[in-house]
Amino acid sequence: MAVSMPTKIVTARLEHADSHTLERYLATGGYDGLRKALGMTPAEVAAEVDAASLLGRGGAGFPAGRKWSMLKKDPLTYLVVNGDESEPATFKDHLLIERDPHQILEGVIISAYALQVTQAFVYIRGEFALGLERMEEAVNDAYRQHALGSDIFGSGFSLDVVVHPGAGAYICGEETALLESLEGKRGFPRIKPPYFPAVIGLYGQPTVVNNVETMANIPWIVLHGGAAFAAMGEGRSTGTRLFALSGHVNRPGPYEVQMVKTTFRDLIYAPELGGGVREGRDLKAFIPGGVSSPWFGPGQVDLPLGQDEVAQEGSMLGSGSVVVMDSSTCVVRAAWRITKFFFRESCGQCTPCREGSGWLERILYRIEHGGGREQDLDLLMDVCDNISPGVHWPPQQTTICVLGPSIPPSIAAGLKMFRDEFLVHIKDGGCPFD
Amino acid sequence: MSHFSAAMAARARQLVALYPEPRSALLPLCHLAQEQDGWLRPEAMEEIAELVGVTAAEVRGTATFYDMLHTEPVGRYVVAVCTNIACILSGGAEMLEHAERRLRVRVGSTTEDGLFTLEESECLADCDFPPCVQVNHRFVRTTTPELFDRLIDELAAGGHAEDIPPHGTLVRVRRSGGLRVDRADIARERAAAEERSS
Amino acid sequence: MTDRAVSQHDAPAEETVEFTLDGRPASARPGELLIAAAERAGVYIPRFCYHPRMEPVGMCRMCLVEVSGPRGATLQPACFIPVEAGSEVVTNSDKVKKAQDGVLEFLLVNHPLDCPVCDKGGECPLQDQTLAYGPGESRFVEEKRHFEKPIALSDLVLLDRERCIQCARCTRFQDEIAGEAQIDFASRGERVEVASFPTQPFSSYFSGNTVQICPVGALTATPYRFTARPWDLDQVESTCTTCAFGCRAAVQSSANRLTRLLGIDSEPVNHGWLCDKGRYAFEAVNGDEVAAGPAEDDAQPVTLGSGRRRGQFAGEVAETASQVGRVTDPMLRDGDRHRRVGWTEALSEAAARLAAVREAHGPEAIAFIGGGRLTNEGAYAWTKLAKGVLGTDSVDAQIGDGLPAELVLSLPRATIDEACSARLVVLLSADVREELPVLFLRLRRSILDKRTTLLELTPRSTSLTPYAKVSLTVRPGDAPLVARAIAGEHAALPAHPMGPSFAPERLEGARNLAADVGDGAGVVVLYSRPSMAEHASVPAAAVAALGAAWPEARFLPLVRRGNVHGALDMGMAPGILPGRTSLEQGQRWFTEHWGSVPSRRGRDATEVFRSLTEREDDATRAVVLLGCDPLEDFPDRTLAKRALEAAEVVISVAGHPGPSLDLADVVLPVAVAHERPGTTTNIEGRVTRLGQKLAPPGLAWPDWSIASALSDELGYDLALGTPSEIAEEIERVAPAYRGFAPGFLDQVSGHDGIVVPLGAAHAPAVRPIDPMATPGVESVERQGAPPRVGLTDAVSRELLATLHPEEGVEGTPARLRRVGPSPVSTPQPDHYSLRLVATRRLYDRGASMEASPSLARLVGPAVALANPSDLARLGIGPGEPVRISSPRGQVTLAAEGDPGVPKGVLVIDFNLSEPDGATNAAAMLIDASAVVNDVRLETL
Ligand SMILES: Cc1cc2nc3c(=O)[nH]c(=O)nc-3n(C[C@H](O)[C@H](O)[C@H](O)COP(=O)(O)O)c2cc1C
Ligand code: SF4
Ligand code: FES
Repeated sequence: MAVSMPTKIVTARLEHADSHTLERYLATGGYDGLRKALGMTPAEVAAEVDAASLLGRGGAGFPAGRKWSMLKKDPLTYLVVNGDESEPATFKDHLLIERDPHQILEGVIISAYALQVTQAFVYIRGEFALGLERMEEAVNDAYRQHALGSDIFGSGFSLDVVVHPGAGAYICGEETALLESLEGKRGFPRIKPPYFPAVIGLYGQPTVVNNVETMANIPWIVLHGGAAFAAMGEGRSTGTRLFALSGHVNRPGPYEVQMVKTTFRDLIYAPELGGGVREGRDLKAFIPGGVSSPWFGPGQVDLPLGQDEVAQEGSMLGSGSVVVMDSSTCVVRAAWRITKFFFRESCGQCTPCREGSGWLERILYRIEHGGGREQDLDLLMDVCDNISPGVHWPPQQTTICVLGPSIPPSIAAGLKMFRDEFLVHIKDGGCPFD
Repeated sequence: MSHFSAAMAARARQLVALYPEPRSALLPLCHLAQEQDGWLRPEAMEEIAELVGVTAAEVRGTATFYDMLHTEPVGRYVVAVCTNIACILSGGAEMLEHAERRLRVRVGSTTEDGLFTLEESECLADCDFPPCVQVNHRFVRTTTPELFDRLIDELAAGGHAEDIPPHGTLVRVRRSGGLRVDRADIARERAAAEERSS
Repeated sequence: MTDRAVSQHDAPAEETVEFTLDGRPASARPGELLIAAAERAGVYIPRFCYHPRMEPVGMCRMCLVEVSGPRGATLQPACFIPVEAGSEVVTNSDKVKKAQDGVLEFLLVNHPLDCPVCDKGGECPLQDQTLAYGPGESRFVEEKRHFEKPIALSDLVLLDRERCIQCARCTRFQDEIAGEAQIDFASRGERVEVASFPTQPFSSYFSGNTVQICPVGALTATPYRFTARPWDLDQVESTCTTCAFGCRAAVQSSANRLTRLLGIDSEPVNHGWLCDKGRYAFEAVNGDEVAAGPAEDDAQPVTLGSGRRRGQFAGEVAETASQVGRVTDPMLRDGDRHRRVGWTEALSEAAARLAAVREAHGPEAIAFIGGGRLTNEGAYAWTKLAKGVLGTDSVDAQIGDGLPAELVLSLPRATIDEACSARLVVLLSADVREELPVLFLRLRRSILDKRTTLLELTPRSTSLTPYAKVSLTVRPGDAPLVARAIAGEHAALPAHPMGPSFAPERLEGARNLAADVGDGAGVVVLYSRPSMAEHASVPAAAVAALGAAWPEARFLPLVRRGNVHGALDMGMAPGILPGRTSLEQGQRWFTEHWGSVPSRRGRDATEVFRSLTEREDDATRAVVLLGCDPLEDFPDRTLAKRALEAAEVVISVAGHPGPSLDLADVVLPVAVAHERPGTTTNIEGRVTRLGQKLAPPGLAWPDWSIASALSDELGYDLALGTPSEIAEEIERVAPAYRGFAPGFLDQVSGHDGIVVPLGAAHAPAVRPIDPMATPGVESVERQGAPPRVGLTDAVSRELLATLHPEEGVEGTPARLRRVGPSPVSTPQPDHYSLRLVATRRLYDRGASMEASPSLARLVGPAVALANPSDLARLGIGPGEPVRISSPRGQVTLAAEGDPGVPKGVLVIDFNLSEPDGATNAAAMLIDASAVVNDVRLETL
């Protein structure tokens, strides 16, 4: 298997144990991007990002340049960085925050300059205690060396950045819930329309929300140019991307690879990447982009890691987390556990998600533990249908945010790919894998 | 009478000053209160309410939305075992059962000596070290029952004071100052930039 | 958003947004929410969380409809999205029906389905909508979520979390409308629950509204709980007269007992809300066990030997006054006891006594005090009896706690809506939330919605202070000077040893606001008697000063007692005749209609009491108390007590017992609110209908019949048989009521009433109301349960046409001339005293609170509040008991520091008692004749 190991962009520095320190950061070209950016006009910086075709790394994959251009003109605008990473099996932001906080921060400052925002906030998942400490340290360092504060590097541009700790709620990764949370409220997502952050965001002001990894790419793009970034990958999916690989593989971990040029097979089987399915078992199924995405089977393993390529096959790259399930996996149990996650994390606003997630979880638990009835399978699908009409991809929804329609994919995929396994559970009155 | 100690109260005021609107400091202040008391006491919530200008019911209502904020006392160490998809594929459920046996408590409860509270957690974003365990939100990477037991023994014996502070202390690095940029300057600066570009 | 959207509705809507609704063309107002636009077009979209008076949250997802957009038709919450021009909306497709069916099934997943034991059963929107839109049966076989069955959020509100559907109506009401989020959602996901803070009960004055708008039986009210089933209820639409704001309400009863009041959504008045006092004071009408108040310290408890609870037989008569809920029988004094008699005997005794006094001392020796609890018809009948038959002008509906009638009746009146949209509202009052609670809700929302700006002059900071643009705390006696200073006179402010009572920049701020208003066009001045310890001439002078400075300003009097405005309009004040005219101006006209009118101006309540004690030649000797209790309500208790003891004759027309009743020679039992039909007039002059729900208890009669019968006994036929006959006579003779055809109010669309004097009455636009808020009973004609469309009814043009005043009837007297400013001089404060302020509290020891068990327990003791620096200066610790003395008397209260109280001032809430006594503590200290009252404090 020939994997072209790409230029490392966001993980280049991580070979050093002290990659999180200012010293190492400066020694490895740190803040050069910012210096360069400050010599350009904000519009020129934005143009480079646009040219890079940098797709947002938070899950929705919206091009960062486009998003920036949609920011409504206003004397008061904000940049909010989403470091809430809670999508199950996603652990790439965790790595970047803990191991290279300055890179994110530099990206934030450059972006703030390009957007001319008045203040930036970095919202970090509360459970990342070490990451929070490192980011706070990086911010202190940045102020100390005039990369933050008044008149940054003598450019006349000023900025304050505040690191904001979350407190344990998955939904706060959803950008409007994150803004609510940042405003000191419970993380209830806002309704779009009209609450598109670029128009009505933090404190009702236009706001750009970008993912941590998206930000981490910015210094490189400014230093090397958008074209250099776009030269990697293919089509709309440019550059590299940091994939979090987990589950039944020999070498679980975060891997930065070129988009499209790399396939799921490379990621799972290449010796320098996943190193193959554990204990030489067969691949049963894999989740291509976080637990909100419909599953793939062995037949789709040669798909390239590209946004549109995966979408065409009826799923998504989402948050960049790939979970491998081998032949020993109980599909009912996997679907139940994922559903339980959504049940526990539903914010509670919308009736279908609040009540539906719990109902589905209880049915799946019952099937897994021997109380299943044949009619449960249709019931599961119909309850899913009432949350996400049609249960297809891309989904429709009866809910405010897409947490609701994120619930059905695992159940629908499980039922579609492994209906027999559900039936065995029902007939045997329990789990055949136990 | 302030419930926060003098030093904590000073930090609380600093936190409030970081945001365009005081209510934004609500979660950081709840963390601060947990740092002082180990959990979120009613008195602390009442004081936070005053600091940010909402009612105590709103502070409690908001805080209880978040798993990390405890409105009931918890142990000195909150042990969280992840059983989400990546971990359950690699022994997460078994690790949780092991932890229940080892600590002799059910999930959600605290050991009699007040040392450990056991929680089942959702994905903690450390899926390459499954099953993932955190103690007081520090990744401990005790991926086997043996490693887990050893850590518990060490903690019970007062070890790890350096790397695992008591529950509630989230961030030991303090922000070295408040906002540095005059808000009025910012407005002026941005207006000038706007003019230049147009 | 909704409130603002609503206000736009008032303007003639020229602009419209055209769209397609279920295939038919429809139009919306710009920015109008789809759910509201559809409703006006006759398409009812089911909903739970949406409430037209609150911000939409789009949470329950019941209102999903298909809306065309760039990505084809998608399901969108109709309650959240404004109508877009050209959009295609489908509310009845299979997809929509499946979504609605799904949402209902989800809602029932964790719902306990305990309808048979639920208060809401039979009037439950969840039940109703499940029938109309929901699944036939649930497919849910799992274990439901369990919570501890009802938990008490407060003394009045219970919460059953299992029934809650997480619609956030209650929490939004408290946050957005009441402005005190004492309840909020706690927890996350399926465990989301409504919760108060453990150490702080849900003590809002407005908590009952949350119960009313809860679409399920999650919130229940202790006074109503398990008292009735909806299908047993019977109801009338009526007006709450607990205060003078005039909230519209549905009054419900079962088996001749009142069970519940529900706010009706009246666009010009209460927007559907009620305060808890108004909502629960009906218990006083039922007259169940009265919370036994502490016994009077100095009065012998008099055995009344009468009184029954509603529904009690004549045989089972309660023994003592404190057990008696209601006055049910006429009584005559017999030594120090009362004896039950029949009406004939009581009336002839009363007439004989009054006739004797008149014979011996002239008509002016008779005085009538009280009237604020009467209907307009009752007030008119009693005025006619007093002024027309007996010939005395000493009639005063205010009990020394109001403002000069000439001022109130002569200033150009603003409506509540005008106040809430004025370019500047100037408030000269104490705390509006304590006095006219629902006006507080309206004003607060208006300020937050940026429809008006508030300048406040108050004796201490108030609930509106946080919302005021400028707030000035004004010491007793100083208001006229401060008012003049604001209006531009550079007169020096009063000097005070403790320095000014507000920061000088604030005065500057107030002046700047005032400088912008020119002749006062668009300004509304809200005014009341801010303190019972300050003479009425002080606020009167301040108001008159603003009136002089702003000739175009309008005024809204916040005099608060029940139907006091109706009483004043009916002439129940010295120097006044019905219809806002004066004795002088109306002399010819009323002589023509009544036969005679008093020859000279009479005494007001304070003068009557003084006269009774001073026993001059032409002194008052007989006093008729009209549903009032001066020993509780009059600011100067010492004077009132001496006066009643000195009176030769005391006749009490009473519905409830009280200390003054014990001193009465003749007691005449009167029907109270909800027991007689009629009309009432609120602060803005709006006349609305009072519905009769119950028969009066025992032998009690309606107020007008007593006047009529007493008149007969005196040998004069009032010719006022029925309320409608009286209303017709009012229309004929009272200038301000000219043209007001009483039948108007009986029309469904006349239920909002009409403001007198009739002007350019405009028809309010049709607007959606919350169809779930007055659930269940169909007989409130204008609001019904879904699937009936919840729209207000516009007053039809034809109906309005019936109201046009017939101008220029020969001889109609002119309305009162506007009163000009008159000087008051305030004595200099001294260094050792504090100036007393006695403000009102909503929960006080007034009759309606005391006689309502659910409310009585909410009344706290009086506290003495002073600026913390004054307490420090006097060496008084917080909470420490202090002896407070004035030349009138002394009381002992706990002292508390309150930075909202200006220096040099002591605030004692009026009509609250000493911790161990039943007295109205403030009234023990006040000399009603003094301009201001100073008190001294000493520690014990
Ligand atoms: C339920 C839910 C959870 C999400 N969690 C995260 C998250 O943890 N981190 C993140 O960056 N984006 C998350 N997102 C996506 C964000 O809403 C948003 O699209 C993203 O932060 C934008 O950044 P990007 O454009 O740089 O990708 C989540 C979305 C949903 C619906
Ligand atoms: S208690 Fe009633 S009003 Fe409040 S959220 Fe629950 S269902 Fe809605
Ligand atoms: S979501 Fe529209 S009424 Fe609840």
